[in-house]
Amino acid sequence: MSAGLEKLPVIVTAKVKLNDLVTRFEFAHASGKALPPFSGGAHTVVEMQDGAKTRLNPYSLMSDPMDPTQYAISVRRDAAGRGGSVFLHDKVQVGDKLMLGMPVNLFALDLTARKHLMIAGGIGITPFVAQIKQLQTTGGAFELHYSARSQALASYADDLRAAHPKRVNLYLDDQNQQIPLERLLSGQPPGTHVYVCGPRGMIDWVLATAERLGWPPEAVHSEEFLAPQSGKPFTVDLAQTGKTITVGEHESLLEAMEREGVDAPYLCRGGACGQCETRVIAHDGTLQHNDHWLEDDERDGSKIMPCVSRFEGSRLVLDR
Amino acid sequence: MSTFDFPPSIASRPTYGALAPRAGAAQIMLADAEGAEALLAVAQADPELMHRAHVIYIPKHTGERFTDPLRAAAPDILHIAPSYPACTQRLHRVFSAAPMGAQIYLAGTEGLIGQAMALALQIGIPKSAIQTEHRGSVARRVQCVHCKGITEDVMTDPFQCGHCGLNLFVRDHYSRRLAAFQGVCIDAEDPGNVPPSVELYS
Repeated sequence: MSAGLEKLPVIVTAKVKLNDLVTRFEFAHASGKALPPFSGGAHTVVEMQDGAKTRLNPYSLMSDPMDPTQYAISVRRDAAGRGGSVFLHDKVQVGDKLMLGMPVNLFALDLTARKHLMIAGGIGITPFVAQIKQLQTTGGAFELHYSARSQALASYADDLRAAHPKRVNLYLDDQNQQIPLERLLSGQPPGTHVYVCGPRGMIDWVLATAERLGWPPEAVHSEEFLAPQSGKPFTVDLAQTGKTITVGEHESLLEAMEREGVDAPYLCRGGACGQCETRVIAHDGTLQHNDHWLEDDERDGSKIMPCVSRFEGSRLVLDR
Repeated sequence: MSTFDFPPSIASRPTYGALAPRAGAAQIMLADAEGAEALLAVAQADPELMHRAHVIYIPKHTGERFTDPLRAAAPDILHIAPSYPACTQRLHRVFSAAPMGAQIYLAGTEGLIGQAMALALQIGIPKSAIQTEHRGSVARRVQCVHCKGITEDVMTDPFQCGHCGLNLFVRDHYSRRLAAFQGVCIDAEDPGNVPPSVELYS
């Protein structure tokens, strides 16, 4: 269970192929009710029934946060991934019913900011689409710098540029264009907050440059969902429930607990939110921490994030 | 050293740290009187940083004592101002033009630190980009809560409001907006019954 949150039954109302990699899915409430409003940057966990397997993948909501008639997500096809995005692309059709988790925002705009500087890479554009819609309503100052591989793969770039010609800047890899990050981060007025969503390398680049230029940490925001990595199967003893479970090669520890009916909390399923943090009672081996949540000094064998992290060794006992 | 350990107090009372050099897109320093010592300590810890700094300094009673050492530390810009009100226009311009990533250093009396802090926050500079260090006089900037007049450099408690003449008890209750401690009439119920004035922290 996701921290006791109810789920939203939805029906797929549109499936729009944007380019070779990205498809947009639009949803309405399955029984015609209003969908709850959210804030720009929120994500939802999409629950897919793939035969006997339940897939749960987080995607940023990119529809208008105040529009109760629809939610939309844009999904990048990841052929090398564990199959959730491919399932959505290949199997899910208009009219299908799915369950969505309630929107959760781990990448919200700081509304005390005087200006929002947004930096997007590839499919990392999606949370900004919703945030820009939110700012259109509230009138906040923003500037988007969006980097994509090519014009064809720059999802939503044309729409955004048409709507905000002076605020949206596009940089294309195949034209050898690069975001002038140093210059951008050196010339922002007091009270600006910077937000980055994109591949790991881009996030690291922005965080490191901002830190070097003296940006205070609370004015720098980033979001990256990690997909659980595959690895060797391992066995876990769960002290509270008394169960012993085996985590498969392409399965996360969280998924294995859910498969065995263990009530484990989660929100983002991507190593970012901290909801699934679990105490390690004993271990004889190596914890493989893959999350963004734990501080370095917490990676001492006392805690693990079961949504993305794994274990290699002879014995692991968790407080769950 | 012109430092003073303030006794523990209520939550609204500002506390101060020690200035330390911090990497940033711009370095902006403001000090009055003995606050110069804190800036000179930063310059000693990181001379290169000082060469990029814009320093505004108000000597007050210290006269020439710190102006030559500050000049010798070779900041990018050194502006000596006769008083805080005389340099607020410059400060406003410097703060407004400061890019995100600029580091602000405030040192000296509570009145100076508080007023410059309020100005910087109003302009949008993040609080975490502002370092403060108290040096020198423990005198307070006090607002009379009755007539709203502000008296600078109050050294005794109670004291007589320079604007309306009431006898004011100096509280630790502090307004960040006004950068002033609150002074409340001490003999409202029994006019004339005023305890003898004592020097603050004596």
